[in-house]
Amino acid sequence: MTAALFVPCYVDQFYPHVAVAALTVLERLGVQVDVPEGAACCGQPSANAGFGRDGHSTIERFVDVYARYERIIVLSGSCAVHVRLHAGEVVAHGGRSDDAGAHVAERTTEFCSYLHDEIGVGLVALLGAKFDGCAAVHIGCHGLRGLGLAKPSELQEQPFDKVRALLGTVRGLELVDLARPDECCGFGGTFSVGEPAVSVKMGRDRLRDFTSHDTQAVVSTDMSCLMHLDGLARRERLRLPMYHVAEVLAGTARAR
Amino acid sequence: MTRRAVELPVLAPHDPVDHAAAAAAFNADVARTDWHDEALWFVRVKRDRAAAAVPEWEALRARASAIKEHALTHLDEYLVQFESNALANGMRVHWARDADEHNRIVHGILDRAGSQRLVKSKSMLTEECGLNPYLEARGIEVIDTDLGERIVQLRREGPSHIVLPAIHLKKEEVGDTFHEHLGTPAGLSDPTALAGAAREHLRERFLAADATLTGMNFAVAETGGFVVCTNEGNADLGMVLAPIHIASVGIEKIIPRVEDLAVFLRLLARSGTGQAVTVYSSHVHGPRSGQELHIVLVDNGRTKQLAREEFWTSLKCIRCGACMNTCPVYRRSGGHSYGFTVPGPIGSVLTPGLDLEKYAALPFASTLCGSCTAVCPVKIDLDGQLFRWRQRVVQAGHVSAAKSVAMKSSVRLFNHPRLFRLAGALARRGLRILPRPLARLAARPWARARELPAPPAQSFRAWYRKNRPGGDR
Repeated sequence: MTAALFVPCYVDQFYPHVAVAALTVLERLGVQVDVPEGAACCGQPSANAGFGRDGHSTIERFVDVYARYERIIVLSGSCAVHVRLHAGEVVAHGGRSDDAGAHVAERTTEFCSYLHDEIGVGLVALLGAKFDGCAAVHIGCHGLRGLGLAKPSELQEQPFDKVRALLGTVRGLELVDLARPDECCGFGGTFSVGEPAVSVKMGRDRLRDFTSHDTQAVVSTDMSCLMHLDGLARRERLRLPMYHVAEVLAGTARAR
Repeated sequence: MTRRAVELPVLAPHDPVDHAAAAAAFNADVARTDWHDEALWFVRVKRDRAAAAVPEWEALRARASAIKEHALTHLDEYLVQFESNALANGMRVHWARDADEHNRIVHGILDRAGSQRLVKSKSMLTEECGLNPYLEARGIEVIDTDLGERIVQLRREGPSHIVLPAIHLKKEEVGDTFHEHLGTPAGLSDPTALAGAAREHLRERFLAADATLTGMNFAVAETGGFVVCTNEGNADLGMVLAPIHIASVGIEKIIPRVEDLAVFLRLLARSGTGQAVTVYSSHVHGPRSGQELHIVLVDNGRTKQLAREEFWTSLKCIRCGACMNTCPVYRRSGGHSYGFTVPGPIGSVLTPGLDLEKYAALPFASTLCGSCTAVCPVKIDLDGQLFRWRQRVVQAGHVSAAKSVAMKSSVRLFNHPRLFRLAGALARRGLRILPRPLARLAARPWARARELPAPPAQSFRAWYRKNRPGGDR
């Protein structure tokens, strides 16, 4: 079986080292991975901005490129949710079969979900990652509530947290308990520029929760949240390194 | 009696609500924004504790959702059943197509009885209908008797939250308002003393009133009775004292059976305020002897919303306010920024159905974080509906030309991998070589408070082509 790794547009352009770390982790765990060309985006940015109709061609392209893979591992909870919810709306056209969209929707997963559900924490532990310090975990909202990466604080169910389970394999890494475990960071795609006042305030409040808990680093499932949070932290001259889970597991993350 | 009634002029009713601008103004006072956020988060935490104490909480939510979906899909039958049972109980039943008809009906009832002084409680619906200015323009004194509602009424403001209408105000501001209107000592801000002053003031009004108006939390079809939930007992005081009782209700508040209350009364207060139950859950099954009891069933856009395949489940709402308390955007922008009686996530899915152009900004006043959906006691997929309203807003053209051009050209870019790579390379290079102030300027409003990502030398794609055999496929 060959799996495909989807590297979202902004990760490709601004955070190539995160994609390298994810690819390295998957390869070291024995997954045969392709990173096919031809689809730079899943269509989420335009759809969340209300331009789903205009952006439909983007998700069609995504379906065409990824339909031949058994597993599509997305390096972002947010993009993964979008594909899972909307790829099924893509209809047959040209060489595209009837069920291509549904097939892609069903076989799309996210990096941490894939490691936890399909590789298993036991094998991930064999990566032997180390991190010397205290970190806060920030699970992107779509991954949290849309993919079920952890039990959201609103629901009264048995607690679980796939991201913490993965990070639990990292030697020396201590995870802090935040005052608001899953408060949104305020990025929200075009929300970050359409509603800058609230977006910035939400990000600053999130940072304050991190720093008031003696956090030496932030680990997230989504680079889009981190692009926003890191941008705010750097503007405020706050030294708080931020990493994707893949970087911690690959051993390329360092505490402050 | 004829009286020349002059309508209060309504200012530019179709001016679009600019949520971002109102939210920016709210955020100008950082300490106040923090305080507002913390106050509502405190309620959210109380809700979590109350919900956690009910082992079958998630099953209750599922049950409540199913009952509401059933009731809404059989609304025609249940409304008629409710009406016939209410009539049999000695109530009078009126049907109002819209806000204006509701107001005319209420005024007609008061006018026929010669009522001059109305005490009101627990009715966001009458706020939605603009009843107070309508009656005041016709010479009727209207007193809101819920403490929070009375505070905002004295200030000539609307409520900023459906359960905590004065949550945007600090106790010092309430003290100033009471000093001005109720004659409390200047500078008095002790909550107990202020509540005492309000109680004195309201008791006089209760005793002087010749009519009362309440809302309903639940209208029960099988009995033709209804339930009003309050914490202050003010609805009861009004109902017990006044010779005329008008109960206004949106048609979506119907539930089929008495036993359904066992589901909803367990969810309502826990979700809204974190209380196990409201202090008063008053069940009304008919007028007192000598009292007139009128029910006004109001549509005001609800049947239109019911007909919308993508949005009808928004009518499941039981108005608990939990989605407001949990919404990270609402907590940091305040209820008034939504420009409608019902703010927050549920307001943002109800208002576009009333006036898409006016409320076009509201579906975008969200990060789509989904906390509202997870907290909702009747499981309305609020974030999904916000997403779908965004599509409708754009398709109707209620979006700025600049945003339209930006989104459409980004789609073109994403669909042409070579063009995307080129643009990316230029942007990364631009970010590196441009002086920082210039780069910031180019990226406003992102860069007003945020640094841009430090641009790497090469994209992942370029790295992959070099480092993986066959990577340049």
